[in-house]
Amino acid sequence: MSITFVIPGPLREFTDGQTDVVINVKPGTVGEALGLLWQRYPGLKDRIMTEQGEVRQHINIFAGEENIKYTGGLHTQLNNVDEIYIIPAVSGGINN
Amino acid sequence: MQTTGNISPKPGDVLLMIGTMKGIFLLSSTAARQRWKVSGPHFPGEVVYALAYDSRAGRQHVWAAPQSPFYGTVLCSSDDFGMNWTKPEAANLKFPEDTGLSLKQIWQIVPGRDNEPDVLYCGVEPAALFESKDAGKTWSLVRGLHDHPHRARWEPGAGGLCLHTILPHPTDNNKMHVAISTGGVYRTDDGGKSWQAKNNGVSAEFLPDKYPEFGQCVHKVAMHPSQPDRLFLQNHGGLFRSFNAAETWEDMANGVPSDFGFPIISHPHDPDTFYIIPLDYEMRCVPDAKLRVYRTQDAGKTWKPLTRGLPQKGAYETILRDGMDADSLDPAGVYFGTRSGKVYGSANNGNSWKLIIDDLPPVTCIKATVVNGETQAKKVTTKRRAVKKQTKKKPARSTRKGK
Repeated sequence: MSITFVIPGPLREFTDGQTDVVINVKPGTVGEALGLLWQRYPGLKDRIMTEQGEVRQHINIFAGEENIKYTGGLHTQLNNVDEIYIIPAVSGGINN
Repeated sequence: MQTTGNISPKPGDVLLMIGTMKGIFLLSSTAARQRWKVSGPHFPGEVVYALAYDSRAGRQHVWAAPQSPFYGTVLCSSDDFGMNWTKPEAANLKFPEDTGLSLKQIWQIVPGRDNEPDVLYCGVEPAALFESKDAGKTWSLVRGLHDHPHRARWEPGAGGLCLHTILPHPTDNNKMHVAISTGGVYRTDDGGKSWQAKNNGVSAEFLPDKYPEFGQCVHKVAMHPSQPDRLFLQNHGGLFRSFNAAETWEDMANGVPSDFGFPIISHPHDPDTFYIIPLDYEMRCVPDAKLRVYRTQDAGKTWKPLTRGLPQKGAYETILRDGMDADSLDPAGVYFGTRSGKVYGSANNGNSWKLIIDDLPPVTCIKATVVNGETQAKKVTTKRRAVKKQTKKKPARSTRKGK
C-alpha cells in the first residue's frame, strides 16, 4: 500500500532531485497524503500551499486523473488512487 | 536560462540592482560609473518587485523577493553579490492564520536604522508591514497597522493592494511613515503600536470626496534623511510636499507636463533636490513620447526637465514606482529603468544620461548603492569618494552604451 507523488521540475530541488516520491502508507485523503509529503520534504509545503492551508491558485493537484478542484479538494478520497500529480497550471499572457 | 557572469564589486564601487518581470540583474561599476559588469538573470522567470542592500554591521547583504507565478514568494539573500542565494525551505513572511490572509507579493524591503542593525522591514500585498528584529531570520506582522480600522476600506489599485513605501525616521526609532495604494500615507509615533492617516491635502480624484481622510492612491513617497519631516509625494494625479512630517500636504506640480507618475526619489546629499518622471495620465507613458526626468532643486517650487542623452521622440516609456534610485556618490548617480527593459544612468546628478543596458525584461525596480559604504547616516554626509582602479574579475558581461 503506497501513494506516489509526481513532483514538477522546479520543486525537485526540495525532493533531492526526485520526480516520483513514494510514500509507503495509504492515506485516506489528498490532504492527509500531502501532510505526509510535507513531513518528508518540508520545502514543498509553502510552494504548494498558502499559509491559510489552501492550494495555491496556479497549482493543480490531480488524484489519479481527476483534478481535486472537482472532487472535494483536499478531502478527496484516495480509494483506488495510486498517484498524485502536482502540476503548475497552464498560464501566461498578460504579464509575460 | 543560465546566469551570466559574476560581479565582485569592491568597497567604493557602485552596485545597481535591477528587478524585472523575469529575474534580477546585478550590475557593478567603479565610482566613475562608465563601464558596468552584469550578472543575471538571477531567479530567471520570477517577478522581482523588491530588492535591498544592507551594509550595516559589516554586512554586504543583497536582499531579494523573487515571486514565482506558481509557487509564491520567499525572501532570499546573497552575501556574495548573487553568486549564491539562500533559498529558505519555509516561506519567511507569512500572515498569521487568524488574519485569513495569504501573502501575494513583497513590494518593499527596507533595512532599519543604523542604530538597530538587525531590524528590517517589508511592505507587502495585501497591504501590510512586516518587521524582523533578528536580521531577517524571523518576521512578524506589525499588528498595529494591520488592526487599523481603516484597513477594511483600503482598495487595490491596478497593481494590487500594496504597502510600497517604508520610511523609518532616521533618528527617532518610534517614528515611521508608510504608504499604501490605495490607502494613503500612515504614520506611527510609537514604534508601530498605533498609526494615523496623514493625507490632509492629498487628492483622490477618483472618489466623490476629493480630499478624504484616507483612500488616496499614493504611488511613492520620498524623504531626505537630513530633513526627515519633509516628505515629497507622487500621487495618482498630484505631486505634493509636506514640511511637517505629513501633517499637511501642498501641491507642488509647478512646471511639470503631467502630475501623474510613479517614482520620486531624493538626491543623496541635497535635501532640496528630488527627481520624478511624469507620465501621461491616460497612456501611462512619458508625455509626448519624450523621455524626461524632472528635477527640483528648490524643494518643489520649480521643476526642470533633464533631457541630455535621453530620447526626445518616439519614446513610449513607462517607469514604475520603484524604477528609479540614486547612489550616494558626489556627484550623485541617478538611475531609472523602463517597462521596455532599458536602464539609463547619470553620473552627474542627472545633468546628462547614458543608456547603461537595454533588452532586459520589463524593469520593476532599481536600487543603487555604494558597496560597503552606504548607510542612512552616511548618505547624509558622504563626500566625494576616491575612484579606485578596478582590477579584473571573473568574466562578466560588460556594457558601455549610449556614447
